[in-house]
Amino acid sequence: MRAVAAPLARLAGRLSRLLGRGGGTTLPGVVLLRLDPGAVGRLSNGLEHGTVLISATNGKTTTTRLTVDALAASGFSIATNRAGSNLERGIAASLLDVATGDNLGVFEVDEAALTAVARATNPAVIVLLNLFRDQLDRYGELDTLLGKWKDLLADNARAQFPATLVINADDPNLVSLVTDDHDVVWFSFDDPAHRLAELDHAADASTCRRCAHAIAYRSIYLGHLGDWFCTNCDNARPAVHVRAISYHRDSDGANRYRIESDRSAMDPGSDPTASMADPTAVELVSPLSGVHSGYNIAAAVAVTQAVQRRLGRPVDLTASVAALEATAPAFGRGEQLHIDNVHISLMLAKNPTGVNQNIRTVLGSGAGHGRDLHVLALLNDRTADGQDVSWIWDVDWELLFDRSAQITVAGDRAHELALRLRYGGFDTDRTVIESSAAAALDEAVRSAGAGNTVHVLPTYTALLDLRSVLTQRGHTAAYWDEER
Amino acid sequence: MTSTSAHATQTVRLCHLYPSLMNIYADRGNISVIARRLQWRGFGLAIDEVGLGDDLAPDAHDLYYLGGGQDRDQNLVAADLITKASVLRGAADNGAAQLYVCGGIQLAGHGYETVDGQYLEGTGVLDLDTVAGDTRLTGDLVIRADLDGDDVTIVGYENHAGRTYLGTAVDPLGRVVSGHGNNGTDRLEGARRDHVIGTYLHGPLLPRNPVVADLLLTWALEHRYGSTELRPLDDTLELSAHAVAIERAGQAR
Ligand SMILES: [Zn+2]
Repeated sequence: MRAVAAPLARLAGRLSRLLGRGGGTTLPGVVLLRLDPGAVGRLSNGLEHGTVLISATNGKTTTTRLTVDALAASGFSIATNRAGSNLERGIAASLLDVATGDNLGVFEVDEAALTAVARATNPAVIVLLNLFRDQLDRYGELDTLLGKWKDLLADNARAQFPATLVINADDPNLVSLVTDDHDVVWFSFDDPAHRLAELDHAADASTCRRCAHAIAYRSIYLGHLGDWFCTNCDNARPAVHVRAISYHRDSDGANRYRIESDRSAMDPGSDPTASMADPTAVELVSPLSGVHSGYNIAAAVAVTQAVQRRLGRPVDLTASVAALEATAPAFGRGEQLHIDNVHISLMLAKNPTGVNQNIRTVLGSGAGHGRDLHVLALLNDRTADGQDVSWIWDVDWELLFDRSAQITVAGDRAHELALRLRYGGFDTDRTVIESSAAAALDEAVRSAGAGNTVHVLPTYTALLDLRSVLTQRGHTAAYWDEER
Repeated sequence: MTSTSAHATQTVRLCHLYPSLMNIYADRGNISVIARRLQWRGFGLAIDEVGLGDDLAPDAHDLYYLGGGQDRDQNLVAADLITKASVLRGAADNGAAQLYVCGGIQLAGHGYETVDGQYLEGTGVLDLDTVAGDTRLTGDLVIRADLDGDDVTIVGYENHAGRTYLGTAVDPLGRVVSGHGNNGTDRLEGARRDHVIGTYLHGPLLPRNPVVADLLLTWALEHRYGSTELRPLDDTLELSAHAVAIERAGQAR
């Protein structure tokens, strides 16, 4: 059966496309895993340098794109998966499409699927960006996922060829997963200009994982990420090998990042604990904005170091950085388009930390004073959005209130969102509830007016609803078909 | 943190228990409803945030709130909450309002038996016991309740591994219309005694169930000032969100 499994699965994908059942991205994977449950392992064995697996609550799609571009610039021929196809079946489907000559797989992996995918593919590098509370009805508590990841990393350290880990040193929960048995390239964000005054309400790490005393911060940058330390024991942010040391958005909209990295950490056999023994800094200008993008870019640079350490194959930092500058936002992740003269910015709304970060990005645009902002928020409660809409009460919408001329709301739970704004203290006459994504888009574009921006914050299925409206009207970017 | 309204003639004293640890299902939403519905009627609110190791003075509050947390945080809280149990039981006996949501209702009972057989002692404010199950009871939850003579529907979301069983000294908050409720078997949801409510309904509970919010506020004001008449508010939006939540609860999605 194994011999025919892959051809049959490819046939299923073609049939699915012929029958008009979407892009046929996951059906072949489902068929393949049914016929050959070990297919992911077998197919990934064909990749000479193995796989890089990237997981997180937020940023895995963008970081995967960045990493693919950075490593391709150093001569790797890369197989990757499409946004959203990040369960085992999606990765199986991507492996069916591996081109002759591909020698490295770079895959974004759903948090809950990471254990299965890592066990199947024997990865060269595992990248963990962050864990935030997200869709508790789907994923369960944060601690449940952390426990699974801890078991996975502990097993991996004992494997014949353990992975090199790339881990965000700013997330105290992720740091707790690492032991002396692991080979780690640490990264962080470290521009004090972006310090937050206090922890968000939705912060997920308030006590030390070693001694249960309070965690404190020298700087908080995003959610519970930052320069942290335990108030009781010596548990603290580890010294890092790659860090984003400055982020600045110019008045012309250019996003400037300065990334410092430790050249010595790239050599196989070097001491990974000797942080910044040989620092070098690079500047890059990116279409990706916000502190969260700084984390994602630092992560991608850290992966190039990890790949060099693990594979002993040189990575060209200059070429990688040039490639990173060209990485465009993924579908709905900071993507920009125009309707007539109105600028539309799409920022997927998944969880409180992600939306808080998007809100900070919104606040960094516009005139910077007065009621200069127009926001469109769409809240659906379907399986892919999370059926439990509680999380919107943890978002700091209040940050938008002084600057928003109007907040237009729509989606299955538009009224709940309007209620959230009302109890936050926003004027009900500046809240407009619309009954469909199409009507809401029209209203938001009308209220913004020519030359201005509508900042759209949609949940996942609302983003898909919005995309079909935009596609019908001929506003979509060409690559959306491919992203399906 | 304490917030007061300078012009308010009457002020409710709220004790928010462990806000940084027990906040997993947006419990902040319940607090903002309490604050706004008092403010809109000209009442003040003083909030005491009480955490691990903090003293809890007896008879200092009219309304107590405890939300849900992750298992790890809930274990930390349980050990500390015991030291505050007699104050909380005394407040309940004296007619202070108390709202326990999700993990909160578990800790307000006699105790909680975890999956690995550990027993976390509760405060005993509510006569109930909770045992961890091996699956989570998750989904929309709609109940019918008799709130001091008013037959009302209360709607929210539930997500809990604990199975809660009521003793004889409490009533259920309501009967399950759709969803699992306390344990998935007896069709009961939540618990009530005097002016204490425990429930698995989050979402959060109060924004789309303003009748429950106002009942708690009435109790809290009565506790401090004797009888109180709450001015009705325009709840059009709240009732729309309530109706949508009931409609969505009946739909596969
Ligand atoms: Zn510690």
